[in-house]
Amino acid sequence: MPGSKHSGGLGALGWCSLVWLLLVALSAATADLWAIPPFDRMDWDNLSARPGTRSSAVVLQTGADAEKRSYVYWLGTDTMGRDVVSRLIHGARISLAVGLLAPLIGFIGGGLLGCLAGYFRGRFESLVVAAMDVILAFPGLVLLLVVTFYLGPNLFNLIVTLGCLTVPAFSRVARAQTLVLRDREFVQAARLTGAGHFTILLREIIPNLLVHMTAYGLLAAAFMIMAEGAISFLGLGVPAPTPSWGGMIAEGREVLDEAPHVSMVPAGIMFLTVLAFNLIGDGLRQRKERRASQL
Amino acid sequence: MMSIGKKLLRFILVILAVTAITFLMVNILPGDVSYLIGGESATTEDIQDIRRDLGLDRHIAVRYVEWLGRMLGGDLGESYLSGEPVFSAILNRLPVTIELLVISQLLALLLALPAGIFSAYRSNGFTDRLINTAGFATISIPSFVMALVAIYLFSIQLRWLPATGYTPFWEDPVANLKSFVLPALSIALIEWVVLMRVLRSDMISTLKQDYILMARAKGLPPWKILLRHALRPSSLTLVTVFGLQVGRLLGEAVIIETIFALPGIGRLLITAIYARDYLMVQGCALLITIGYVSINTAVDMVYGIIDPRIRGARSHAG
Amino acid sequence: MNSNPAGRPLLRVENLRAYLPAGQRHVRAVDGISFTLAEGQTLGIVGESGCGKSMLARALMGLLPRDAVVGAGARIEFIKRDLLRMRARELRKITGREMAMVFQDPMTALNPVMKIGRQITEVLAHHLGMEKQAAHQRALALLGLVGISMPNRRMGQYPHQLSGGLRQRVAIAIALACQPKLLIADEPTTALDVTVQAEILNLLGELQAEKEMAMILISHNLGIVAGRTHATAVMYAGKIVEQAPTDFLFSHMVMPYTRALMEAIPHLSSPPHTRLREIGGQPPDLIQFPSGCSFSPRCARVAPRCREQAPELKPGHHPNHWYACWNPLDTP
Repeated sequence: MPGSKHSGGLGALGWCSLVWLLLVALSAATADLWAIPPFDRMDWDNLSARPGTRSSAVVLQTGADAEKRSYVYWLGTDTMGRDVVSRLIHGARISLAVGLLAPLIGFIGGGLLGCLAGYFRGRFESLVVAAMDVILAFPGLVLLLVVTFYLGPNLFNLIVTLGCLTVPAFSRVARAQTLVLRDREFVQAARLTGAGHFTILLREIIPNLLVHMTAYGLLAAAFMIMAEGAISFLGLGVPAPTPSWGGMIAEGREVLDEAPHVSMVPAGIMFLTVLAFNLIGDGLRQRKERRASQL
Repeated sequence: MMSIGKKLLRFILVILAVTAITFLMVNILPGDVSYLIGGESATTEDIQDIRRDLGLDRHIAVRYVEWLGRMLGGDLGESYLSGEPVFSAILNRLPVTIELLVISQLLALLLALPAGIFSAYRSNGFTDRLINTAGFATISIPSFVMALVAIYLFSIQLRWLPATGYTPFWEDPVANLKSFVLPALSIALIEWVVLMRVLRSDMISTLKQDYILMARAKGLPPWKILLRHALRPSSLTLVTVFGLQVGRLLGEAVIIETIFALPGIGRLLITAIYARDYLMVQGCALLITIGYVSINTAVDMVYGIIDPRIRGARSHAG
Repeated sequence: MNSNPAGRPLLRVENLRAYLPAGQRHVRAVDGISFTLAEGQTLGIVGESGCGKSMLARALMGLLPRDAVVGAGARIEFIKRDLLRMRARELRKITGREMAMVFQDPMTALNPVMKIGRQITEVLAHHLGMEKQAAHQRALALLGLVGISMPNRRMGQYPHQLSGGLRQRVAIAIALACQPKLLIADEPTTALDVTVQAEILNLLGELQAEKEMAMILISHNLGIVAGRTHATAVMYAGKIVEQAPTDFLFSHMVMPYTRALMEAIPHLSSPPHTRLREIGGQPPDLIQFPSGCSFSPRCARVAPRCREQAPELKPGHHPNHWYACWNPLDTP
């Protein structure tokens, strides 16, 4: 991770990333409470308005329907006059939902499969590895497109499909780590004292897996957000009127020459969020590697 | 390391699994084609007739085998949109996608080689850390954003290249290559990072070898040592990753072709999805997946052939 | 400190210090070395592993690691030019051309994926600007010179297809390609079979005489330099602790360490299963220096003064004999 040389904390960049992610998460959670226009309210007087445009007749989502207030479009408006800030915050819900929940499926499902495969070995392991290979055989994006095509593009399908796509990678991480751990002394010791498999798994192995898997999970989250962005960009993600970052970027394409901010602002926000996940995930991974080598 | 025979077997099994899953997706999931064809006013009997016509009333395993047989014969059905046979439609578009992949990978290599070599040479120096940071930031940019940035910079601001449009190679080679520059760049500007990291890592190990010191003792200048002595032994992982990336890029191609309106397979898939052209979607997905699996298996097998020979040579001498 | 007053001085090293960073501290790999070498003379440098002799060789050639620090008062004068004060590009004109090196392990020193012929011709092309054909011919001649049969065939082979002895011959051919005035051989036979060692050493001797080349022969085995060098310097912990014309050194050594090295040489005439005399203890940690003489922890003749103060090089009984010891062997 660039910039973090200390063996201790995450480094300045890591903390900034964490703060940013918390900011995004918080905004998304409290989206409806903000004094901003509704995300689908169109302002025909201010189409593709530049960031910083002031308007005197804007209806806010917190205010009464007819009440018009003075408001500054801090990040401008899109091609239909909708406030970019508002759409960003509401769109963050989609991105974060996908970014956090999809890897969670992989984390739990893949982690469990990989851990059990690495621990019990034998036929079960071969089966799991083979199944994972089949899933890995599919080019991810294509599978995502096809599945959402057949099943319908809604948030649930998106999360589940993406989640399933990450299962092989998580299972690989879990299995590799379990294979290393099961031969370590403390596991042998536990077995000698007569502990059952379940206890060993729960007490000794799984806690040690968590750090590795979380590090990978954060990197997966970054990737998921980009994947969701790509799908929405193609118009095949969560359907309108729900805003999504990818969709916003796509909408801004037609005015890229006159009003690049419509695409570039959501692109920038997505970039910062993905970068933040990558920085923390990578930082965790490096910390874990560094500590391992001192062993 | 599996033998080549085993790898081939695994390849066939995976292909079968892929075809089975693709087939099942169409035929088990809700959204029965017959309803689509029948329309809203169709009665139950009409639907049943349609099902019988399409052969949907037979056992699924039977239908799978039949479908597989037809597929192997090159019959993937016809596009509901254009009536064009799916198989030939795909074959026509294939060269465009291949050209895109090849050019973007070459561009990525062009960026990755000097970056990787130089960062390995002065590892942990200022340039190395700069390249490392740039790389780290770059992979946080999705390809479609990179495409828009490229369009904004080169097409809109600088006016060097057109944003969309495609000319076939035999009509006008120069225009053809021009139409690939921005799309390939959008992919290459992200792909170079992976290649650079792999090359850097291998080269750092190589540069610690005694024969590099000996090359210095010959009085050779650093650039000669890097290019003639250090590069070849460090290329193995690079070449392998290069091959594997091509498979992965098939997914990227879908987005990039759509943005830049290149008539390749990816765009065909997307257009089919927009138009709900079931058979075309199925055919595209199938062929893209088979291509992906084939490339990965081929690279895997080639690596298996190269590697033991080098391993053998090293152990023989060491 | 001339090793042979008759020849013209070729190389003069003064107070050479080379420090290598190791974490927060430095390793004093070369700690104040001075000597002179005349044209056509052979100097042997002997010492245990880790005494800094390889670093000394690298320092002479200008091949120190990039983060190495050379002491400010050091001088390496080669044919009247101070190598330490030359720019890198100028230095590279000398390296491999007027001054060349043969490394210890020819298997790792030769590029495994490059043909033998190319590894020779590239030196010729680079330094002498030879064309492909001319370089090829000259390379064949060089292979013949070092005693390799079927040179044409060897040119197209890779290092792993040759035996250890042949590989070292190739390395020597490479070193001699541009007719250097000085050849540094860093443990040239250590990685080779015993039977091949003598061949290589003899080859080096012959070539040296033929080309009137100066040579520095580095080894951990004092027996190797016997009869093959004009003078010998014994190194310990980065310093020269005794130096003399070789014959004189063997008959009149005064430094206990030299004596210990001498006794460690296995002799063919010894009965079978004779235990090799070891030098007890470990080579010193070049970061943490004991005060006083570096050899004192392991010296059989250690006296209290040895631990307190590091001995300086003093002249001995022969004009070219120097040693650094408080309690030399010829005192009671």
